[in-house]
Amino acid sequence: MATVAEAAGTPAASTGVLSHATRERIRTARARYPSPRSAALPALWAAQDQLGHVPAEAMAEVADELGIGAAEVEAVATFYAMYFRRPPGRHFIQVCTNVSCALRGADDLLRHLEQRLGVADGGTSADGCFTLESTVECLGACGGAPALQVDRYSHEDCTAERVDQLLDRLRAEGAGS
Amino acid sequence: MAAQERRVLTRHLGSPDLTSLAGYEAVGGYASLRQALTMTPEAITEQVRASGLRGRGGAAFPTATKWSFLPKGVFPRYLCVNADESEPGCFKDRVLLESNPHQLLEGTLIAAFALQASHAFIYIRGEYRAQRELLERCVDEAYRGGYAGASVAGSDFACELIVHGGAGAYICGEETALLDSLEGLRGQPRLKPPFPAVRGLYGQPTVVNNVETLSNLPYIVEHGGDAYAALGTAASPGTRLFCVSGHVERPGTFEVPMGTTSLADLVELAGGVRTGHRLKALQPGGGSMQVLGPEHLDLPLDFKAVADAGSSLGAGALVVMDETTCLVEVSMRLVDFYHHESCGKCVPCREGTYFESRLMHRLEAGLASSDELATLAEICEHMDGRCFCPLGDTATWFVMSAYRMFGDEFRAHCGAGECPVRARGRRVA
Repeated sequence: MATVAEAAGTPAASTGVLSHATRERIRTARARYPSPRSAALPALWAAQDQLGHVPAEAMAEVADELGIGAAEVEAVATFYAMYFRRPPGRHFIQVCTNVSCALRGADDLLRHLEQRLGVADGGTSADGCFTLESTVECLGACGGAPALQVDRYSHEDCTAERVDQLLDRLRAEGAGS
Repeated sequence: MAAQERRVLTRHLGSPDLTSLAGYEAVGGYASLRQALTMTPEAITEQVRASGLRGRGGAAFPTATKWSFLPKGVFPRYLCVNADESEPGCFKDRVLLESNPHQLLEGTLIAAFALQASHAFIYIRGEYRAQRELLERCVDEAYRGGYAGASVAGSDFACELIVHGGAGAYICGEETALLDSLEGLRGQPRLKPPFPAVRGLYGQPTVVNNVETLSNLPYIVEHGGDAYAALGTAASPGTRLFCVSGHVERPGTFEVPMGTTSLADLVELAGGVRTGHRLKALQPGGGSMQVLGPEHLDLPLDFKAVADAGSSLGAGALVVMDETTCLVEVSMRLVDFYHHESCGKCVPCREGTYFESRLMHRLEAGLASSDELATLAEICEHMDGRCFCPLGDTATWFVMSAYRMFGDEFRAHCGAGECPVRARGRRVA
């Protein structure tokens, strides 16, 4: 874990974990706000988009770009549920188990996914392809309950068959790349 | 009379290529903004006042009144668009963001002009990543089309539009937590007063308005506030986009006039309670609001009528539950949600939701004694009205109202008892 002192001493060189393109994204975001600190969330998104998660080194580099302490960035990164501290699987599956989805079979859907992927809720499949997580925060897809979200896209009116097809498709895409 | 939709907010849906600037301009998009720029900011606020528009995020505060709280002569001022829709059962802002994002941007720019705000920030929840990217593309188009930036539609009004993505925190829908999150901090609520109108983003006068609220403005400017008010009733003017989910045949969003439409009409629009089942309970305003029973079906979608029945229209999300639903289990899920989303700032919420959740799990598992129901009520009493922000207060509303209305069901779970719903061979999921 980088300390504030270490972060303060980190040069703004391109030798860190963040790519030049990511740093450019952060600088563009920073310039848009009346206060550089406001770019904390966009900067963490940029880091996660590049790295798949936000390791301590990335937080220190984000802090450096925004001119704030690494501990301040860490405080923010750990508050929000969507920043990963550790690398998840290639695809992140969130199964909504809030009320509207639960009323329409979310628990069965979650059990099916656990079985199919051979992981418990919160786990990553052995092939590293999927991380499965049930979410208690409503995904805002109640009109198509039960719903789940894979990475940035939601899938609605899910059945075991449709979910199996989706997993097969995502696996095939991964194998081809 | 059969229930009918009245499309104002959603009037352009189905038009070709609506999510592009060209598609939106083809249905007259941004004409209201041009018209607004010929008016004075005060005249726009007057039209909004005449429309009777009230905030669509859940608190139903009159929009023009909120605007009028900005102290005169203090600049810069900011407008924040609350697109952090996360209320359980609520997905209407998502529909507006996905289907007609430029309408939101036009409404945002009209409001920004009325408020003389230099920046408008759209705070969109992290889970809506695809919608955020669409919105960002639309903002780029608005800049290129001359509707945002140094000279809005050729006028001397300047306004920057910034899309800001959240990262998974329900609390950021609370307006002051949203402001902290926008400032790059942990999203925790601020002490009020001072209210954001006086000291908001970066300590400057700030208005926070919901997506649906602002999406109404192009219509109000084009047709006048009176025309909008005439759509509903005097006490609940205008139309509103309601979400219907749960045990209905066709869940979805439906735009209906306020006041003259009833809860039963909404259920009917959604195809009715699913075939072969009967209505047991309703939650009219999303996860935070109190439960109602079949006897309340005839209630109009009127702020006061629903409040008098002991609940609220909240964020406009109707969750329908049939006889297969165990209210203890639903309460447990909602309590778990608030426990998970409590920001940890104040003790009554942080500890209260923990104990609530623990107790509901014991009850659900048949481990709780009947004494613990009294403990549950006591915990809730210590929370409601005593938390730093409404999250903790509302964490008690559903469970307590369900306990009052379905006390037998709660008691049946106690002392190695059995869930009466499950005992009949059915369960919620």
